[in-house]
Amino acid sequence: MASNTDISERQRIAARRLRVVAGHLQKCVQGEGAGVSAQACKTETPRSSPAKATSVPKRRQDIMKWNGWGYSDSRFLFNKKGQGEFTGKRYRLSGMILPSLKDWFEATFGTSLQHKTPATPTLNVSAVPPPNLVEPFVEELKVAGVAASHDPEGRVFRSHGHCLHEIFALREGRIGRVPDLVVWPNCHNDVVKIVELACKYNVCLMPYGGGTSVSSALECPLEETRSVVSLDTSQMNRILWIDEKNLTVHVEAGIIGQDLERQLNESGYCTGHEPDSMEFSSLGGWVATRASGMKKNIYGNIEDLVVHIKMVTPRGVIEKSCQGPRMSTGPDIHHFIMGSEGTLGVVTEVTMKIRPLPEYQKYGSIVFPNFQQGVSCLREVARQRCAPASIRLMDNEQFQFGHALKPQVSSIFTSFLDGLKKFYITKFKGFEPHHLCVATLLFEGDREKVLQHEKQVYDIAAKFGGLAAGEDNGQRGYMLTFVIAYLRDLGMDYYVIGESFETSVPWDRVLDLCRNVKERIVRECKERGVQFPPFSTCRVTQTYDAGACVYFYFAFNYRGLADPLHVYERVEHEAREEILANGGSLSHHHGVGKLRKEWMREAVSTVGLGMLQSVKEYVDPNNIFGNRNLL
Amino acid sequence: STRRGIATTGRLNPKVNPGLKKRDELEDMLEERRRSSDARHALRCYAPAVYKGLAPREVSALRGAVLQSDALQHVIGQVSAECGERRELVQEEAAHLLDEMAHRLRLGTVRFFAYVLSKVFKTLFRSVRVNEEGVQRLQQAIQDHPVVLLPSHRSYMDFLMMSYILYTYDLALPVIAAGMDFMSMKVVGEMLRMSGAFFIRRSFGGDKLYWAVFSEYVKTMLRTGYAPIEFFLEGTRSRTGKSLTPKTGLLNIVMEPFFKGEVFDIHLVPVSISYDRILEESLYARELLGVPKPKETTSGLLKARQILREDYGVMHVYFGHPVSVRSLAQGRVKRSQYNLVPRHIPQRPCLAAQALVGEAAFRLVRLQEQAMVLRPWTLVATLLLQNPDGMDLPVLEEQAAWLRRLALSFGAFLDWPDCKPCREVVGAGLALHKNLARVSGGRVRLAVAETPGVGQTAEELAFDRAVGVLSCASYRNQILHVFIRPALLSVALRTANSSRKDEVYTCFNFLWTVFSNEFILCPGASVQDFEEACYLLGKCCAVQESQQDIVMSEGGHATLAFLRALLDPFLQGYQVVCQYLCKETEENLRENKFVPAARNFALQLILAGTLKCYEALSSDLQKNALAALVQLEAVTKVKVIPTQKPVHARL
Repeated sequence: MASNTDISERQRIAARRLRVVAGHLQKCVQGEGAGVSAQACKTETPRSSPAKATSVPKRRQDIMKWNGWGYSDSRFLFNKKGQGEFTGKRYRLSGMILPSLKDWFEATFGTSLQHKTPATPTLNVSAVPPPNLVEPFVEELKVAGVAASHDPEGRVFRSHGHCLHEIFALREGRIGRVPDLVVWPNCHNDVVKIVELACKYNVCLMPYGGGTSVSSALECPLEETRSVVSLDTSQMNRILWIDEKNLTVHVEAGIIGQDLERQLNESGYCTGHEPDSMEFSSLGGWVATRASGMKKNIYGNIEDLVVHIKMVTPRGVIEKSCQGPRMSTGPDIHHFIMGSEGTLGVVTEVTMKIRPLPEYQKYGSIVFPNFQQGVSCLREVARQRCAPASIRLMDNEQFQFGHALKPQVSSIFTSFLDGLKKFYITKFKGFEPHHLCVATLLFEGDREKVLQHEKQVYDIAAKFGGLAAGEDNGQRGYMLTFVIAYLRDLGMDYYVIGESFETSVPWDRVLDLCRNVKERIVRECKERGVQFPPFSTCRVTQTYDAGACVYFYFAFNYRGLADPLHVYERVEHEAREEILANGGSLSHHHGVGKLRKEWMREAVSTVGLGMLQSVKEYVDPNNIFGNRNLL
Repeated sequence: STRRGIATTGRLNPKVNPGLKKRDELEDMLEERRRSSDARHALRCYAPAVYKGLAPREVSALRGAVLQSDALQHVIGQVSAECGERRELVQEEAAHLLDEMAHRLRLGTVRFFAYVLSKVFKTLFRSVRVNEEGVQRLQQAIQDHPVVLLPSHRSYMDFLMMSYILYTYDLALPVIAAGMDFMSMKVVGEMLRMSGAFFIRRSFGGDKLYWAVFSEYVKTMLRTGYAPIEFFLEGTRSRTGKSLTPKTGLLNIVMEPFFKGEVFDIHLVPVSISYDRILEESLYARELLGVPKPKETTSGLLKARQILREDYGVMHVYFGHPVSVRSLAQGRVKRSQYNLVPRHIPQRPCLAAQALVGEAAFRLVRLQEQAMVLRPWTLVATLLLQNPDGMDLPVLEEQAAWLRRLALSFGAFLDWPDCKPCREVVGAGLALHKNLARVSGGRVRLAVAETPGVGQTAEELAFDRAVGVLSCASYRNQILHVFIRPALLSVALRTANSSRKDEVYTCFNFLWTVFSNEFILCPGASVQDFEEACYLLGKCCAVQESQQDIVMSEGGHATLAFLRALLDPFLQGYQVVCQYLCKETEENLRENKFVPAARNFALQLILAGTLKCYEALSSDLQKNALAALVQLEAVTKVKVIPTQKPVHARL
């Protein structure tokens, strides 16, 4: 068994090395291609090479769910035997049986597989309100050669993000205000034209990237009476050039994370920016929301990665005149753009830093006797500034949840090994199974340094009672981050609704905040008539010098509630109040959108809000970018 | 604006009588003790449920956790910088202070106490009645949240009894904040320490280090859910039977961990402890008359054994509903105010927090008052004090029955056995308190001497009488909280120029302000109190309310007269204090000279026969009166040098 892993490990490393080499060989080809892709700006399908084909088509509905997360072919379900299963072929978990999911699910939420709440199977097109079109605007777009459509399905698709209430409504077949028209610019110049025309005809523009917003940012404001046009950036998805001397890449902002990463990998590079939503979220979206990636400890967050931004606003195009790595030229105008959430304009092109692909990657995990010890360890790691590419600490509930998602073990031997491990940790080491928690780690770099780094981190962990718990556990943890979003849809089939939300908080407040927010959720659910205690858990997902990012998951069984959505929204609201009362921020990387707008003044002070408002007033006096986020 | 307040709120929310809550049944906890072995009780397996968040490690590491805490380290740094002392020395000093203060709970000592107290309590009391539902609520609360126990304080018995009850019901034993006084009793002090008491100096105003050690000690125990914290809101034993104006120092400390987000919630549990007869009865009366309190000594305690020979009737302990600090603070205190300064750095609480703590303190004391079990004797004592010349027994019985109905309609928690005839009930009270009231020839009167005994001066006689009256008054005082608001209104009705509501309220408000130190009247609640008084008097048909006016009803005379008479000793006493201050010629009257001088002034009036009210001699009343006059700005206090505070009369 041990030698088996060794072999596969060696194979993995070899494959990776091969890719790096291949990338280096390809680079001249890529360099030549730069001119070509700039010319191809107008064509509907810019590239013929299948390797470079984009993952998201114009008709998103062809491959993605209209009322749930992700790809249509991938979903969790309980099969006829009542076993959990993940369909499709895309993920490592795809096609696998998850034997403990049912028990965990029923025990955690007090649900029964007998009680189903299936979603409306298909989108009822007749329920979609007819589009309110400004004919001359549409005409001029056509003349300018910009693709546009008022197909109802496409409009519904772009009328929402992935907040619980948005998906819940769709599952019930309820459709609110949707955009009246969808346009697909192909390049920066298309966007310039669209914005000009929107100003000319006073049309409301709402930029749309990957559609993964969880802040109600994509909801059409109800009070908007103008024609609303969704500006879908997905076709602006080319890498325009790679500059190996300066290690930068210039990319159109509509590119989605996985495409960007895959294409750069082919050249032997990466940006290292990997938000959990990277399969679907776009570069422009990251910039507009101040995104954060899992491996920010090595590569930085979006604000650290961006070198140059080009944005089209009603006032014209904003960009810097050079690509100097740092400037003292007054307040950084990038910081008006980053986090503007589509209220000022459309980000069209971005220059980002890139890094050579790491030679070696290694996962890891550590078990701690309790959450407190785990947090202390992360704090120490941050103090010594030796955080691996990623380090995440799950609380006990999430640890158990992770176990529920373990696929069927192939051999008796593995299950025996698992049993042995469990025995060692709980009986021999005296860890209380209901207190212990686990940290997952990802190391990156050259092999030598990774191993050294790994030792350093495990040594620190040992001081806090942490025990190394193997690579598999760590790897599974990271793999789960991509499928976890699918799980909510499963819950919603069985009366369970939930959501995740995040914050950032100084180190000394982490424990208090986690405890109080979790408890507040439990309390509020109880007070609002939720029959079964909610699933209320958290994890620390990022470490910084002065604090950490904390993620909460919260879900409950809503059987017996007259208005579950209202209950859910109140509880989330109270949880956010609790976060703010405990020194947490309004958001670490999800953004404000319309969901958290009410707290903005408190968060940045009246003067701060006024500053932002005055920028908006100057840049967009007629509120063409009228999604009403943030301010 | 207050007047508008009366006109509108009075009609908008018809007042629900706050006293008429459903109360739990009380069970005698000594019954079990009389049936089974005390030794076995003391040695039984004791495994209380503890706070769910308590890590076992924290119990043993308490001392280190306090001494190494960021908060204490910060102050140690400050102190060492300020006085140029080496940091290690200050650290040592802090450790020393902590050792002087800290409890050293030992189960062995607890078991010893459990044994001895079983014997003692069985001798002293006929029964100790506890609301077991309250105990169950407390048990749950202890597991869910850090808990603060807030018993009323009438006797040294209070905290012994509290711990005894918690031990008996298998609840986590509290750590108790006690005054340093006990430390003078070497052995007993150490015993108390080992049963969970920790000792704080009576005053440490300027001592930053002491304050830091103390508050961090309390907060550490609270944050970790180490054990329930117990302290007395009133600060000291009430010598008068009335609740004392609450002190907010410790309450501030225990609420802070919530404000700073260090705990999810804290539950405050008011506990009402009431006695048929207080052990310290006549001691208190003497103290009020200026005989210094005997020092707490071990030998003194041994002498007090004679106490064991007497019958102290029944004791009642009522555990109130836990009050959640979180819900108190809801919408009142912004916890985010602590976001911008590290939490270990001491910060003055914001005004909203201060106001909240003050209000909570009063509210909790009122909750204590409302759950105090009142015995029929308190009614008898009230009537006897109003009739110093004595009453015919049948008349007394009849009036007691009347007063019982009145008290019940005002929501008193009166423990009057329904099945027994009135005569028996009154008789039982008189029998238990035969040292205070005498029955002879079918007439009942206070047991005070009529003529001076052999070799007794007139002064000594007056003193003896005063002891009798004040002892008796301490029982009447127990029931005052039931009547105080209607009583203030009765007097206001008499003194107001018209029956217009706003004028009556003006008079009411004046009296309310004057007596705000004497009785538990929540600051700023005079309008609510007025409404409550109107409601109660209306309910017992003593007054009639219309839109504008409030007048006495036809049958209301007796009730109003009784209520006015209830306040009479206080009105007289306050008048005497005013008279004294007017006559006092000395320019710079020192505060510590005020009480003896005022007492002497009152004594002269009594000896001269112009004053019949012995309660005017009470130092408690005199101090309260002075405090009221200072508040009303009729008198000013000037600080000269820290130890001597002269009082200027400026009436």
